[in-house]
Amino acid sequence: MDVSKFKPNTVYVTYIACTPERVWQALTDPAFTRQYFGGLAVDVEPREGGAFFLRYPDGRVHMSGRVIAWSPPHRFSCTWLVEGVPDFRELPECLVTYEIEQASGAVKLTMTEAHSWPVPDAILAGGRAGWPAILSSLKSMLETGKPLEIKMAPPEGMMEAVKQAVAAKAWVE
Amino acid sequence: MNKPSFVYVTYIRSTPEKIWDAITDVKIAGQYWGGGCHVNVSDWKAGSKWEHQRNDGSGVADIVGTVIESNRPGRLAITWASPSGADDPEKTSRVVFEIEPHKDDVVRLTVTHSELEPGSEMLAGITHGWPLVLSSLKSFLETGKVVPK
Repeated sequence: MDVSKFKPNTVYVTYIACTPERVWQALTDPAFTRQYFGGLAVDVEPREGGAFFLRYPDGRVHMSGRVIAWSPPHRFSCTWLVEGVPDFRELPECLVTYEIEQASGAVKLTMTEAHSWPVPDAILAGGRAGWPAILSSLKSMLETGKPLEIKMAPPEGMMEAVKQAVAAKAWVE
Repeated sequence: MNKPSFVYVTYIRSTPEKIWDAITDVKIAGQYWGGGCHVNVSDWKAGSKWEHQRNDGSGVADIVGTVIESNRPGRLAITWASPSGADDPEKTSRVVFEIEPHKDDVVRLTVTHSELEPGSEMLAGITHGWPLVLSSLKSFLETGKVVPK
């Protein structure tokens, strides 16, 4: 897959007082993701090319994708398609990359959300609202043992912007 | 030319008052800001000066500005410039801290740093600095410890 066509649009950096291995585990083990990732369980085949899912508690798929890079504990990248929500599943997949670096006595975690088409700000707003909530909760879970309870709702105008993009097939050149 | 902004949102298990004080109280900020190297000094009244001073007794300020708006604990707005650029509007940016109760004991802190000079060292510096400082502030309030250096 040609990842060079994906341009980064949302980047979130956080520093966490733990080890790269623990952060990797928190990102790839369902026992952890259920706690901080909106109740969703990660289900991943641990290799490049492997299938990747985020599942609701009843097992239904919220998000599906394919592993593009799997280099524990430092780099995990996958395609990302929100299958579980109407309209969203019509959009092109995006690319989510986690980079986990030792930064002195802590871990620097960088999440990058990249896209292959000019995504309107009203749609990017979803990730820009969601990632700080998810990654703040991840940090609290790793540092204090307790995730945060954060209300997640699509930003105003996002659902409408997705419908418009799908109707116009805004990614077709 | 479009002046870029940098926005950072974090959710912290704390109270709005504790977050406000962690930003503005010299004794607290000195424990986690820049690895204990800087404190924010001001009386935090609208119109007053503020300085980002080295915490080594020298009193040297690496960043200076004016308090534009001060509403404890919800909103603090300041200007931001290096001392050499303090009189130059092109080199003066703006920082707004919004501290909002979210749910139960969780508070959302949004830092919006706007009117930055495109391509500047300051833009690069704060893009690296805010996540580091705010991660350390979150760890300090939630665990009592700063992010290890």
